[in-house]
Amino acid sequence: MPARERDFTAPTVQLLTPEGELRATPEAEVYLPLVEALDEATLQRFYRDMTVSRRLDVAGANLQRQGQLALWVPSLGQEAAQVGSAHAVRPQDHIFPSYREHIVGMIRGLDPVRILALLRGATLGGWNPEENGNFHLYTLVLASQTLHSTGYAMGMQFDGATATGDPESDAAVLVYYGDGSTSQGDANEALVFASSYQTPQVFFIQNNQWAISVPVSRQSRSPLSLRGGGFGMPGIRIDGNDVLVSYAVTRQALEEARAGEGPTLIEALTYRMGAHTTADDPTKYRTDAEVEYWQQRDPIARYRTWLEGRGASASFFDQVDEEASDIAADVRRRALEITIPTREKIFEHVYSEPHPLMVEQAAWLDAFETSFDGDAE
Amino acid sequence: MSAGIDQEVRVTDAANGASAPDTPAAPAPPTDAAAPEARGVHTLSMAKAINAGLREALLGNEKVLLMGEDIGPLGGVFRVTEGLSAEFGEKRVLDTPLAESAIVGSAIGLAMRGYRPVIEIQFDGFIFPAFDQITTQLSRLTVRHDGALSMPIVIRVPYGGHIGSIEHHQESPEAYFAHTPGLRVVSPSSPHDAYWMIQEAIASNDPVLFFEPKSRYWPKGPVDLDHSGLPLHASRVVRQGTDVTLVGHGAMVATLLQAADIAAEEGRSLEVVDLRSLSPIDYGPLLDSVNRTGRLVVAQEAYGNVSIGSEIAATVAERAFYSLEAPVLRVSGFDTPFPPAALETEFLPSPDRVLEAVDRALAY
Repeated sequence: MPARERDFTAPTVQLLTPEGELRATPEAEVYLPLVEALDEATLQRFYRDMTVSRRLDVAGANLQRQGQLALWVPSLGQEAAQVGSAHAVRPQDHIFPSYREHIVGMIRGLDPVRILALLRGATLGGWNPEENGNFHLYTLVLASQTLHSTGYAMGMQFDGATATGDPESDAAVLVYYGDGSTSQGDANEALVFASSYQTPQVFFIQNNQWAISVPVSRQSRSPLSLRGGGFGMPGIRIDGNDVLVSYAVTRQALEEARAGEGPTLIEALTYRMGAHTTADDPTKYRTDAEVEYWQQRDPIARYRTWLEGRGASASFFDQVDEEASDIAADVRRRALEITIPTREKIFEHVYSEPHPLMVEQAAWLDAFETSFDGDAE
Repeated sequence: MSAGIDQEVRVTDAANGASAPDTPAAPAPPTDAAAPEARGVHTLSMAKAINAGLREALLGNEKVLLMGEDIGPLGGVFRVTEGLSAEFGEKRVLDTPLAESAIVGSAIGLAMRGYRPVIEIQFDGFIFPAFDQITTQLSRLTVRHDGALSMPIVIRVPYGGHIGSIEHHQESPEAYFAHTPGLRVVSPSSPHDAYWMIQEAIASNDPVLFFEPKSRYWPKGPVDLDHSGLPLHASRVVRQGTDVTLVGHGAMVATLLQAADIAAEEGRSLEVVDLRSLSPIDYGPLLDSVNRTGRLVVAQEAYGNVSIGSEIAATVAERAFYSLEAPVLRVSGFDTPFPPAALETEFLPSPDRVLEAVDRALAY
């Protein structure tokens, strides 16, 4: 009786080594032309966006500590996975985030103060995706958005908005979720539907190694990328701390999707260097040695080394630091100006059409609250 | 509080104005000079009436899609979608993979893209894998988007007992959804209402849970193809009486009418109100009735604990307190899992159980 296969491995596709050298792994070679096609301004933009993301994390955490936000959800360490994949998206594409992709939203034109308003408890999200770079709302019930994104991609097919042969107009969908979310039924059902309908879609798993306090080994005994094949679609494991490979592999998968070649699953290996949220304490469940290991693989440091090797000047990096600080300061200033909604907001837009309970209860609450007017004097 | 009640009354008055009591197919005046020629009154089963309503919706709006399990060439396990796949093709009538959460979740994405999906959940007891998508996503996406988008999705659910089937095939889960803000919940009791209400539900920009009483799929009745007679969320008096008001929805309406027939032989005059809409509930006709009869019995197949009937009892007690001659009484399924089908006639409210409650109400 032959031994059963119990050794599940997948190669990690990488272009940029942790030391900052462009040295493609065998599986990465096919992606080199996509990187070579990028102009210097775009390459610098990657660095700039990663730096902005990291600076915004500091500002967000400080705002939370000062009682201005209920919560901050940091992306520290995951900048390359997010920035590379976000830049792979074309204007006509749609992005369904989880709730940690602040820089992705900013790249698509979303004002980060909209995210802070959500985390401040002033809104439930509230931005219109179509007016914000097709960047959809955050979804807090894990993996729910995977199904929405698949349905949206089905709609693109039914509309004839994809697979016409014109990559400038053919549309695709990119959906983000995490290693913890891969255990949810919805994430798996989305892969079933995507494969069945051959949706124009890329599933992008940020495997940051931890679902709050539970390691990815509890979610899966095998590389998450291998799940793609089980559902009938390509699964690719990439070095998620390599912004170039994150861009190139996502770009290639999106181009295939828009060309009618169906969905792809990407697992980006990265690391949540900070806490899950400001409510978390990672010192209770992970070791300093592990954090140090990942610090050696920092996505921004390696990319800076590579850019320096290509001749980027010190003044460029200074300029980016200054710009990032300015953005963070502006966001912080405007976060403190977020207006708290008035009580009518409770009842607005619960339904699209008139609803007797909304009318009745809004009127009752108003009468109740105004009955106290004058008591204060 | 009074301002709110006034609003409620205005809404229900408008609803009532469209139809006199006990005339299910009361014609409304034509409002559109370009309206199609009258097609008259046909005799249809509820299954055929819903089929015809779905067909109208598919013809009338190319964004309408049907989604579900076995709804394509088979026409659904109850054949409600029979022939629609052949007529409209597999891109309008989707036989989906077998995953309820994904059916609802992908319908949400389709609605974001401008489609109007109409989902068939195969049986009442199989809606729960989709419960999360319905209650945490579908019901809230409009408010989460601050009104920037609507969720015009209809979820059709064949529900209820009386068909002698196995576990999970005879449930009445409507209260879970009526409890959830952001959803609308309706249930027709007749082929005429089913034909119109399915089209009105599809036309609604809000998500609608459309509970189809499967034991009523086959009995035939008149369907006026020209006139709805009532808005989607209006309740209606379907039998006039003077002694006690009975209220119910779906298949229970037939049970209540039977009870009223039996009572009439005994010299008692029972009024029957068909709720039609479970969320929102149109209390106008019900309160008018209770104000006349002074007594109310609520009947439902669902478990009584924390049910639609509980809500009606509380609201009628609040709003018609001085008219009531007796407490509002409830007749429900027992608070047990739906029993093996051999016992369903004892589990489900029967005309006799309704009349037992009527006797108690009259004893006060």
